Amino acid sequence: MSIEVAIVGIGMHEFGRTEGVSGMDQGVIAVRRACADAGLKWDDMQFAFGGSQAAGAADTMVSQLGLTGLQFINVANGCATGGSALFSAYNTIRSGVFDVGIAIGFDKHERGAFRINTKGAGLGDWYGASGLALTTQFFGMKINRYMHEYGISQSSLAKVSEKAFRNGAQNPMAWRRKPISEQEVLDSAMLSYPLTQYMFCSPGEGGVALVLARADKAHLYTDKPIYLKAAAVRSRRFGSFEVLAPSIALEHNAGPTVDASKAAFEMAGIGPEDIDVAQLQDTESGAEIMHMAENGFCEHGEQEFMIQAGETEIGGKFPVNTDGGCLANGEPVGASGLRQVYENVLQLRGQAGARQVPNDPKVAYTHVYGAPGISGVTILSR
Amino acid sequence: MAQVPVTEGVFTWPSQTPQLIGSRCVECGNHMFPVQSGCPKCSSDSTEEVLLGRRGTLWTWTVQGYPPKSPPYAGNVDPKTFQAFGVGYIELPGQIKIEARLTESDPAKLKIGMEMEMVLVPLNTDEAGNEVVTFAFAPVA
Repeated sequence: MSIEVAIVGIGMHEFGRTEGVSGMDQGVIAVRRACADAGLKWDDMQFAFGGSQAAGAADTMVSQLGLTGLQFINVANGCATGGSALFSAYNTIRSGVFDVGIAIGFDKHERGAFRINTKGAGLGDWYGASGLALTTQFFGMKINRYMHEYGISQSSLAKVSEKAFRNGAQNPMAWRRKPISEQEVLDSAMLSYPLTQYMFCSPGEGGVALVLARADKAHLYTDKPIYLKAAAVRSRRFGSFEVLAPSIALEHNAGPTVDASKAAFEMAGIGPEDIDVAQLQDTESGAEIMHMAENGFCEHGEQEFMIQAGETEIGGKFPVNTDGGCLANGEPVGASGLRQVYENVLQLRGQAGARQVPNDPKVAYTHVYGAPGISGVTILSR
Repeated sequence: MAQVPVTEGVFTWPSQTPQLIGSRCVECGNHMFPVQSGCPKCSSDSTEEVLLGRRGTLWTWTVQGYPPKSPPYAGNVDPKTFQAFGVGYIELPGQIKIEARLTESDPAKLKIGMEMEMVLVPLNTDEAGNEVVTFAFAPVA
């Protein structure tokens, strides 16, 4: 019988801007909170996978947490860094090597849009010099094409943001905690047509840690284990339309999200209709809309009706981004994917407070997407 | 003022009718831009240089509404005088879709499917007083 994996402890450092606290220290605080949640100590951790994009090598945090000699592996995988840490921890337990360990993600970015290191991304200097190396341009162009093909309205883009900030206002860990109306979203500065300022998330700060254990030992640590039924990461295929691409092929491929989603559903042995609550990558509001279909939760174009009817609200048929998503939490790259899992654990435990979805959720889904065309999906159940 | 290209090897220079320089896979015929040695479609390592078409259709677009960070951007980043510029993908028939600046930045004048043609546009002036140019696509009148 194969070994199952449970999440037995979760910890988070508040997302947003925390002056005077380094990204690494936010990761350390998240680790301490996750261990406390599991009733464990740092020296109970047999292994760790951790990463950040801009806040240092995760394994150096042992000098603050304790030099216990554990196996600590750094993960660097762009926007899927947190998801990759979790994937690695999941498989480490499934393989039977260790019984209990931790996945850690944290970050701290400078203000404003990401400054792209074109060399590091395998691109020539001319690309950034010419004014092309901006992630925001990709998001504007992808949703502009999508709206053209599938009839998504500007109003739906704004409603996604309005929902994110309303949910964020109910989340004590969120950065943006003030509701913003659909009209205010539409009236904010046009950054990358058709996307306005309040339709974009911002690079930010934060940390998340998750303690994982063999499922058959989970009850030693918690009376509410949440089972990790699937964790999949996929990169892009030929023909997919991705961020930071000087060119794309004429032929079309659906992209890494579709592949990661299918792989995760196959691992879990369930389908999209079984999911009660989902956290989907919402780098900007159009991404949430497109990712609803790419993850298999609706047909392309159906989002227009679903959003206008309020189906993705906390009390709706299919709640999406209940913690406010990237839009309200910001995007500390290393931590972002783990934040989604943290939220789903709260929802499945019934501990999400004012933003608890009312449908007694049993199965939850996370999806992270980012440069240079990578997606990570998890499926959790109680 | 003398003109210099933003880089060598991305478009033909000097030229009255500049063309982008890409690669074509000898095995499967796939086109790539900029030049690269391995083919992402069939994994072949056999590619040859090819000049890309100068005309195509607008596949999608956006407008860069705020000054990009500099570096890496080489153009004007002064918020007072920054001028928004269009960015899009142009589908070159039978070849590839190319990401490029657009000479048009008015959303009312940009339409998916419209005919576009390659041009060169100024980015800035270098230390020697030369005008640095990069490639862009302009609507075909």
